[in-house]
Amino acid sequence: MSDHDHGHIEEHIKVYLTVFGALAVLTLLTVSASYMDVSNTEAIFLALSIATVKASLVAGYFMHLITERQTIIYILCLTFVFFLVCMFVPLITIIDHTAL
Amino acid sequence: MQAPYTVEERPETGLNNSKLGIWVFLASEVMLFGGLFSAYVFLRMAAPAGEFAYWGSKLSIPMATVNTMVLISSSVTVIMSWASLKMKDFEKYKMYMGLTLLCALIFLFIKYFEYTGKFHHGIYPSSSTFMAIYFTLTGLHGLHIIGGMIVMGYFWLPAGNKMWHSEPEHFTNRIEAAGLYWHFVDLVWIFLFPILYLL
Repeated sequence: MSDHDHGHIEEHIKVYLTVFGALAVLTLLTVSASYMDVSNTEAIFLALSIATVKASLVAGYFMHLITERQTIIYILCLTFVFFLVCMFVPLITIIDHTAL
Repeated sequence: MQAPYTVEERPETGLNNSKLGIWVFLASEVMLFGGLFSAYVFLRMAAPAGEFAYWGSKLSIPMATVNTMVLISSSVTVIMSWASLKMKDFEKYKMYMGLTLLCALIFLFIKYFEYTGKFHHGIYPSSSTFMAIYFTLTGLHGLHIIGGMIVMGYFWLPAGNKMWHSEPEHFTNRIEAAGLYWHFVDLVWIFLFPILYLL
């Protein structure tokens, strides 16, 4: 995001406001979905899916990742790999229960 | 002495140093919160069935929904403050940055009521495993809100006027970096809200 002229920025502002609307609707959707009569697994899947869409909108449009330089994308891909490792560490405890 | 590549892009990275720096910092923040999210998963898996849902039902969904809206709004106002600087409109920048700070204050105010409400009912981090991870995650997130407010407040005060008039491009990049941090704080809340309040 370097040499933006006035017109470009105004175009961006329209996008920001649209994303804001989408985020507000998705927030209400998450809350309504939590009152639905679904199983625990389905509720987790639904809530995390909506949260992921919201997070992608924030990262893609507000943080400009859609048009960002490759250097940052590489840094984030590497971070994401380690983040996933971190998230799957608790699954090791399953071994305790299955006595593998 | 002027720090290099604060405005112009560094040829090796294609970025100015402030943007590269804030993204590397945010990557470390992903791991900080990632560790705690991992702890949440671990504790939830180990907890007796229904315990997390029971303690989670003691939290106020309306308050957290309002806070989510407040934080999303602040993400828009902070990016509008940066866009205003790009359009060389300093007055609008001041207005939008002021609104961002106001949203941050409202968020903390609501959080204060949530916390004191829990304490009033005798609920503390020691009350249950869920409450321990709830206070840890929201407390750390709250500290990030305060940190963002200090930085953005500094740029909003007269010091910002001085920087804008002497080095407008450098100042715009600083606001962009502060904005990226603020969006990250919003992003963390987007995940905290469902896992703590709704599941």
